[in-house]
Amino acid sequence: MAKNEITVLICQGTACVSGKAPQIREALESEVKKAKLGRSVKVDFTGCHGFCQRGPIIIIEPEGIFYCDVKLEDVHEVVQSHLKENTIVERLLYKDPATGKAVPHYRDITFYKDQQRIVLANCGHINPEEISEYLDAGGYQALKKAMSEMGAEKVINEIKKSGLRGRGGAGFSTGVKWGLCRAAKGKVKYVICNADEGDPGAFMDRSILEGDPHAVIEGIIIAGYAIGAGEAYVYCRAEYPLALKRLKKAIAQAEEKGFLGRNILGTEFSFAIKVKEGAGAFVCGEETALIASVEGRRGMPRPRPPFPANEGLWGKPTLINNVETFANISHILVEGAEWFSSIGTGTSKGTKVFALAGKVKNTGLIEVPMGTTIRELVFGPGGGMLDAKAGFKGVQIGGPSGGCLPESLLDTPIDYESITKTGAIMGSGGMVVLDEKACMVDIAKFFLKFTVAESCGKCVPCRVGLKRMLEVTEEISSGNGKEEHLQFLQEMGENIRKTALCGLGNTAPNPVLTTLKYFADEYKAHIEDKTCPAHVCTGLIKFEVIEEKCVKCGLCYKACPAGAIEWEPKGKAKIDKEKCIKCKACIEACRFKAIR
Amino acid sequence: MKVKIQDIEKIVKKHGGEKGAVIPILQDIQGSYGYVPREAVKVIARELSIFPVVVYGILTFYTQFYLTPRGKHTIKVCQGTACYVMGGKEILDHLSKALEITEGETTADGMFSLERVACLGCCGMAPVIMIDKDFHGKCTIQKLKTLIEEYRAKK
Repeated sequence: MAKNEITVLICQGTACVSGKAPQIREALESEVKKAKLGRSVKVDFTGCHGFCQRGPIIIIEPEGIFYCDVKLEDVHEVVQSHLKENTIVERLLYKDPATGKAVPHYRDITFYKDQQRIVLANCGHINPEEISEYLDAGGYQALKKAMSEMGAEKVINEIKKSGLRGRGGAGFSTGVKWGLCRAAKGKVKYVICNADEGDPGAFMDRSILEGDPHAVIEGIIIAGYAIGAGEAYVYCRAEYPLALKRLKKAIAQAEEKGFLGRNILGTEFSFAIKVKEGAGAFVCGEETALIASVEGRRGMPRPRPPFPANEGLWGKPTLINNVETFANISHILVEGAEWFSSIGTGTSKGTKVFALAGKVKNTGLIEVPMGTTIRELVFGPGGGMLDAKAGFKGVQIGGPSGGCLPESLLDTPIDYESITKTGAIMGSGGMVVLDEKACMVDIAKFFLKFTVAESCGKCVPCRVGLKRMLEVTEEISSGNGKEEHLQFLQEMGENIRKTALCGLGNTAPNPVLTTLKYFADEYKAHIEDKTCPAHVCTGLIKFEVIEEKCVKCGLCYKACPAGAIEWEPKGKAKIDKEKCIKCKACIEACRFKAIR
Repeated sequence: MKVKIQDIEKIVKKHGGEKGAVIPILQDIQGSYGYVPREAVKVIARELSIFPVVVYGILTFYTQFYLTPRGKHTIKVCQGTACYVMGGKEILDHLSKALEITEGETTADGMFSLERVACLGCCGMAPVIMIDKDFHGKCTIQKLKTLIEEYRAKK
C-alpha cells in the first residue's frame, strides 16, 4: 500500500487552474518520471485549499510542506531540489506578512492555524475525483451507520439535537425541517440541494463541490433516507463548470459503488440524484423560485405557505438545503450530536465557512466555530488590512441581503442572532473587507443596482421600490442629494423589508439601511457638503488642486492621460477642467491628497 | 452556422419524456449554436405542446440565453462585491473601451462578446474575468491587453 513515500498534491480548484495548475501537474509528472522518482513519489491532485489568493498551491506530504504561487518554471527545481535532494525550495514557501519569515508547514500558516475545519476537512487533502480517497478518509460511514444502526427517526433526532441550522442564510433548524418533510403526507418526496450560490462575494459552495463532492452527496442521500424521498436534484449554477463536472463524476462513482441507485446497501431504499444546471438568475437561490426553475419555468417565487416541506417540487413534499448544510451531515452522524453542539454558541452550533475577500492580506475560505468575532476573523486568518495605511472602514457581510458593519461592531460574535441584531444577516457567508477607499453610498448603490437587475418583477415593492431607492442614491452620489432623501430611503427600505414577496426583496434594502445607520456621516457629506470623502463618486469630485497641499512633485501631471494638467518643474499643478475626463488618475497618483 | 429544424427537433426529442425539460433543451440548443435561434422557439413549443410565448418567456427571464449570435469568445467580467472593490468596474470600462462595445454587445468582427456577471465565485483572486470557460484572476489593464491579443490570435 505505502509504496509511495512522498505524495505531491497540486491543487486543481478553479483559481489554481486559472494559474496554470493543470500544466504544472503535467510538468511535475514528467519531471518526476525523468528523475526516475516514480517509485517513491506520487503526483496527485486535490480540490480547493481555500487560499486561492496564493495559488497555484502545492503540498508535499507527509511533512505537509506548502509551496505557493508556483509557476511552471519552478517545477524543475521542486523536483530536483525537494524530491531528489530533500532540500526545501525556500523561495516558494509562504512568507508571513507580519514577520517576513518563511513558513514551511501548511499547519503553521496563520491563515490555516486558527481555523477549525470540519466541512472543509477533506478539501485540499483528497483527490475529489476518486471515491476511494473519500472512502479512505472515512467517507460513507455515516450513511452506513444511518441505515444499519440508526433508522430514519433516529437520524432526524440526531440532527435536531446537534442544533445544525441552515447554512444558506435564513438559519432554520435543519432537523426540524427534515422532521416536517418526513411527517408530510405523500408517497413521492424530493430532496433539493441548493447549489445556486449567487451571492456576490461567496464561494464556499463552489469549493466544497470542487474539493469534496462526495461529502455533499452523502449528506443528500442521508436526507433522502431520513425523509423517505426517492429522488434528489442538485441545482447548481452554470458559472461553476468545474464544480458541475466533479459533481457529475462523483454521482456516477457513487452509483457504481452502490451508494446510489436501487436497493442501496442491500436495503429497500432506492435513491437517485440528478443535476440541474442553473441558467443565470440570482432569485433562483430563493427556494420557491428554485423549484419553479427545476420545473422548467421562469424562476419566480410564490407566497408561502404552503411551504415546500408540504408542497414543493411538482406539488410534492420537498426538502431544500444548501450545500454547506449537507456537507455537515455525515460529520454529525459519525461524531455525534453532542460533539457537534459542543462547538459554537448557545443558539448557533458548529462551524461556518466564510469567504473572506476584499482589502485583507489573506483572502480565501475560512472555517471557524460560530461565535468567533469578526475582528478575530479579519485580523486572525485574514492577516489584517492589505494596505496598512488605508485603514479599516467596514466589513460587508451576507452579500446583497446583508449589510455593512463599522469598526465599532468588529467584536460582534458571528452567530445568527448577533448578526441579525446589527441589521445585516449571516447570509451564505460572504465577507468583504472595505478600507477607507470605499465609499459607503457607492457600496449601497452597487448593491441596489444588483438587486434591481435581479428582481424578478413579480411583486411591486421589490420591482418599483428598489428602483426608486436606486434613483435616490444616484442623485445623492451625483451631487443632487437633498436632506429629505435620507428619510425617504429609510422609510422605503423598511416598507420593502416588510412587504416584499420573497427573501430577495425582504433583505434587499439591508445594504442601504445598514449604511444609513452606521455611516450616516458619509451620506451627510454627500448631501450637505457635496463631497465624497473616499473620492469615489465622480460627480462630487471638483477636480481641483488644493494649493496648500500641493508639493509641486508633478506626479499628477505624469499620470494624466488627457493632458489636462498644467505643471512645470517646481511649480504647482493646475487642472484644466475643459480637458479633464474625470478618470481620477491624478487622485490615484497624488500622495498628498492635494486634489479634491 | 445554418439552423436546421431537424437538428433542433432532435435536441427536443432527446429530452422528450423529461419533466421540466424546457431549460435543458434551451441550454443544449445554445450549446450547439451559441444562441437560441428564433426558429427554435416554435419547434420547442410545437414538440412540447406549449405556447411559443411560454418558451419565449423562459428564454428572456434567464440571463444565460441569447437571441442573437455571440462572438467567437465571450468575455464575462465579474462585478461581484470583491471584484468591485478591487477594481472590477475599471476592468469592465477598459474592456468596453478597448473592444469598442458596451456590455451585451459583440464586436463587429464577431470575435468578442462582452458581458457582466454578478459573481464568478473566485473572490480570492479579484478582479476576475472569464473568457469562454477559462478564468483569469488578478486582472490588470496590462494583463487584459495580453489576453485579448492571445485570444485574437487563436484560430
